[in-house]
Amino acid sequence: MASRKESMSTPTAPMASTSSGATLDSPVKQIQIEGLVVLKMIKHYQEEGQGTEVVQGVLLGLVVEDRLEITNCFPFPQHTEDDADFDEVQYQMEMMRSLRHVNIDHLHVGWYQSTYYGSFVSRALLDSQFSYQHAIEESVVLIYDPIKTAQGSLSLKAYRLTPKLMEICKEKDFSAEGLKKAMIGFEHMFEEVPIVIKNSHLINVLMWELEEKSTVADKHELLNLSSSNHLEKSLQLLMDRVDDMSQDIVKYNTYSRNLSKQQQQKHQYTQRRQQENAQRQTRGEPPLPEEDISKMFKPPQPPPRMDTLLIAGQINNYCQNVKEFTSQNLGKLFLAEALQGHNS
Amino acid sequence: RSSPFLKMAVHGPVVKIHPVVLASIADSYERRNEGASRVIGTLLGTVDKHSVEVTNCFSVPHNESEDEVAVDMEFAKNMYELHKKVSPTEVIIGWYATGFDITEHSVLIHEYYSREAVNPIHLTVDTALQSNKMNIRAYISAQMGVPGKTVGVMFTPLTVKYIYYDTERIGVGLLQRTRDAPNRAKGLTSDLCQVGGAATRVQDMLTTVLAYIEEVLSGKVQADNSVGRFLTDLVSKVPKISAEDFESMLNSNINDLLMVTYLANLTQAQIALNEKLVIL
Repeated sequence: MASRKESMSTPTAPMASTSSGATLDSPVKQIQIEGLVVLKMIKHYQEEGQGTEVVQGVLLGLVVEDRLEITNCFPFPQHTEDDADFDEVQYQMEMMRSLRHVNIDHLHVGWYQSTYYGSFVSRALLDSQFSYQHAIEESVVLIYDPIKTAQGSLSLKAYRLTPKLMEICKEKDFSAEGLKKAMIGFEHMFEEVPIVIKNSHLINVLMWELEEKSTVADKHELLNLSSSNHLEKSLQLLMDRVDDMSQDIVKYNTYSRNLSKQQQQKHQYTQRRQQENAQRQTRGEPPLPEEDISKMFKPPQPPPRMDTLLIAGQINNYCQNVKEFTSQNLGKLFLAEALQGHNS
Repeated sequence: RSSPFLKMAVHGPVVKIHPVVLASIADSYERRNEGASRVIGTLLGTVDKHSVEVTNCFSVPHNESEDEVAVDMEFAKNMYELHKKVSPTEVIIGWYATGFDITEHSVLIHEYYSREAVNPIHLTVDTALQSNKMNIRAYISAQMGVPGKTVGVMFTPLTVKYIYYDTERIGVGLLQRTRDAPNRAKGLTSDLCQVGGAATRVQDMLTTVLAYIEEVLSGKVQADNSVGRFLTDLVSKVPKISAEDFESMLNSNINDLLMVTYLANLTQAQIALNEKLVIL
């Protein structure tokens, strides 16, 4: 019944005993989300999120064949200074108990997080997704990008850890040899699951009503041409990450240099020892005791490889986002050209 | 002090509702207990001088029969506490009920909510679609009758408006498109397809406008001055830029974007290479 309390910044995974008994063999192939969940996530970020802070919450739903249906969600409070007396697990338990009373699905199927320009590949995310997937096999993390959404279209992605990465996390073997054995590259850390949005008939009726009654006009942000602001910020973040990466590489290089230097020293030492022993033998003196070489030459600490992997994954993500953005903008520029062509 | 006569319709605050509230209500109605004909719940939001903004809600279990009504008030209080932890600015501003009429039980429930909030509003959402529409109405209670003798409560209607955050509007736009899909499911499109979709929508709108203009020109429809003004606005929105200036602007923008794409690809190749050398 031990609940895994992760770092304070993420919702805790459910206790193993409360997870539903249906752990499927096949992983999840598709996610089906109800409109209500989308609206709730949008509202949560809009009202409670500021700047680079992320907002998080829990997803509720059920598993049907190879689909994961997400039918409801509830937000998690932000972490403010008076954190001390706030019990996350209790909040979660109470919320789920109350929701059960009003017949809302109370099976924990994952969690959601907002992101700032696509920067979500971090140790914290990895850890909490691992604990979720460990407890409930089909869980996913939904990444909602509010800035991209505000530019015109809903940006929602669902990720799971690949089985290879799950193995590694289970063993807690983050050294270079472990990762090499598992052949994990930064592209094999997360797998994206396609999302489908489905609404019940009643909600569809509601949508018709809203369309009729509401006087809010569509602002067509998607066709907006200005791009430099967004590009600047994304590139800034990319540059920071690349700096981190290069520092990491430098560290690794120094490590391998130290290692090879040490090998040489060891070699020299053993050789000298052998020579001396040979000399002593010829002189008839007892040979010097064999000393434990490994104790004398402590091997340098290999730098952790996991962080490098995460940074590489993050850089990859940034690059993907930037490329998507530029392709959209190129399309828009050609549209503008066509319009001008008609005029002139 | 209230006059001894019937109070005329009070022009109360304007009620502004976010779509997430209505979706939540519809969802709770679908999940109601067997035998229950309607669901009720608390409305959360913020109060302004002239308006009340409803931003959140949660359903409250209740039992209703011919002669009595029981509401789980403990539950309501607990849920409100939990919600306050996430959004400390939201307060109880009223309650909702699905269904068309206001029954006597509603009066009792409204009294309870009067204790929780100052002048609560009551929202009814007709999920049973009695008049082939989902009527959404808001009311506020007003005293009526002769004081000292028979006093009653009258629910006066309020104006209902729907407001959206920008991101909400985009989300709702996407949800509205699920109506057209055959199995009511719609995937999320990616980059260029989205631009294509948006362009198609603008194109459709232009076609409608063009059709209208044709009709006006051929005399079928009376020309309307205000529409004409909008049309001139529309046409003048495309900026008149000289060809060379536009060429240079276009080219520099395209160059920027291409350079960024190239750099992104380069970075990706770099990290892949690094990985091959170091790890694998």
